[in-house]
Amino acid sequence: MTTSYRVMPGPEHFLPPSAASMGIRLPDPGQGSIHGTIVTEEEAMEQAARQLLSAKVPTIFPGPLVLWAWNEKAAKKAKAIRYLYETIKESVDSSQHAMLIPMPDYRPKYPKINPEIEINPNHPNLTIWHNKIDACIFVGVHCHQANLSLKIIRGGTNCYTIAMCAQAGHEDAMLSIRDTTADKLIRLAEWVKKLKGSVPPPV
Amino acid sequence: MSKERIQIAEELFDIMPAEYQDLVKRATYGNEQRGWKDIGNAKELIEEHSLCAGCPESMAFRYILASLPNPEDTVMVGSTGCTSLVFPHVAVHNIHSLFGNQNAIASGLKRALTVRFPDRHKDVVVLAGDGATVDIGLDMTLQAWFRQEKFTTICFDNELYANTGGQESGLMQKGFVAKMAPVGKTFEKVRLPEIARESGCHYVVNCTVSKPNLIEKVIKNAVHIAREIGPTYLQLYTPCILEIGKNSMEGLQEMRDSEKPTERFAYKEYVSEPAKELLAELAAKEKERKAEAKRQLAGQSA
Repeated sequence: MTTSYRVMPGPEHFLPPSAASMGIRLPDPGQGSIHGTIVTEEEAMEQAARQLLSAKVPTIFPGPLVLWAWNEKAAKKAKAIRYLYETIKESVDSSQHAMLIPMPDYRPKYPKINPEIEINPNHPNLTIWHNKIDACIFVGVHCHQANLSLKIIRGGTNCYTIAMCAQAGHEDAMLSIRDTTADKLIRLAEWVKKLKGSVPPPV
Repeated sequence: MSKERIQIAEELFDIMPAEYQDLVKRATYGNEQRGWKDIGNAKELIEEHSLCAGCPESMAFRYILASLPNPEDTVMVGSTGCTSLVFPHVAVHNIHSLFGNQNAIASGLKRALTVRFPDRHKDVVVLAGDGATVDIGLDMTLQAWFRQEKFTTICFDNELYANTGGQESGLMQKGFVAKMAPVGKTFEKVRLPEIARESGCHYVVNCTVSKPNLIEKVIKNAVHIAREIGPTYLQLYTPCILEIGKNSMEGLQEMRDSEKPTERFAYKEYVSEPAKELLAELAAKEKERKAEAKRQLAGQSA
């Protein structure tokens, strides 16, 4: 199936269609996707690094699968996420503000969440609006919660979403990298280092 | 055990919200002696709640969560009602069932957990309101007891449908007039504790939640008996202060008034013979543990 639909930063509208229903398909192993177009994994890595370097508030949202050290792989990924965050922080201009905000829980939090310290999948737009986040990475978030959040973000914000998915990627992310391991997170950090200084900061 | 299973990744510990750090550092998971006295000294398994100010249900939740003997290996099953507003804030695994289905879900869950974890105690505790337990879910409640399913059923009895504005429920007392039941209840409060006993429950208690030490005792008894012998049932009066025209600070007094010897929530307990034996066994072990602790203390100071 071919489609002219593109997964672009929003706000698309209140209830955007799921990208999968619009004909967007997931990348195969070794591939990534940018705006719904299948590319090589390396191209996706480079583009992700460029987006992070050109954003005013590039942010990583680690989910429960990496926040909790429930196995060795998770602990290793947590270390890699920290390294990626430190790398982004060191690589951006002083006018940019890198953030690392956890998604510790999927339960809807009422009466409110504190958007300065966490993001919740049921209303991710609150954290994005509050911190003026314009590019973010989802990592370690279970697929169904990531799908929900990514669609809400696309519907109500202009944030560029990057999914570093341990499985097959996400149609609703603007950029998807699949089969994410700690090594791939470090590779993305290396791309950020490599492109440091060559990507103009946001105006 | 337990606390080792819930460590936060070291590299990301500092970004976790304080309540999660507290849960790992100061909660009483894995402490066999946990109880209501930990409230105020340790991290509670309920962060905050969205119930009305002064709601006795919130007291009940706090006492129950402080008293569960094995929270890290407990799954609670809830149902529609005020309780379902609280479960998102609770640090114990929980499942929200369809209205009334809670005991059916708990049956399957308990059986699956027994097969999946044959060497570990996995407790299942149903916690639902009177509408879910006695009206809409009565079939599922009773069938679980008939089948001798090994889990605890707790009913928060506020004697009406509080969440939807005060409709009549089976547990409402006769003659009571509620906002959405203006004629007044025309028949008696359903005698579910007696029905529970006749349906095969091995431990049945009817009381209010005015006394935390009592709640701790009945929760521990109910969970231990359900784990080893068969179904247990607790009916706890958690009045809806709004629907009975009381103020926030009057919930406790309402419970005290309702537990007087002639009132409908006077303490009533039924324990089956096998359950009595188990409780005696547990009491003897506890006595031995305390004596041993005393001996050790004396040894240290000598």
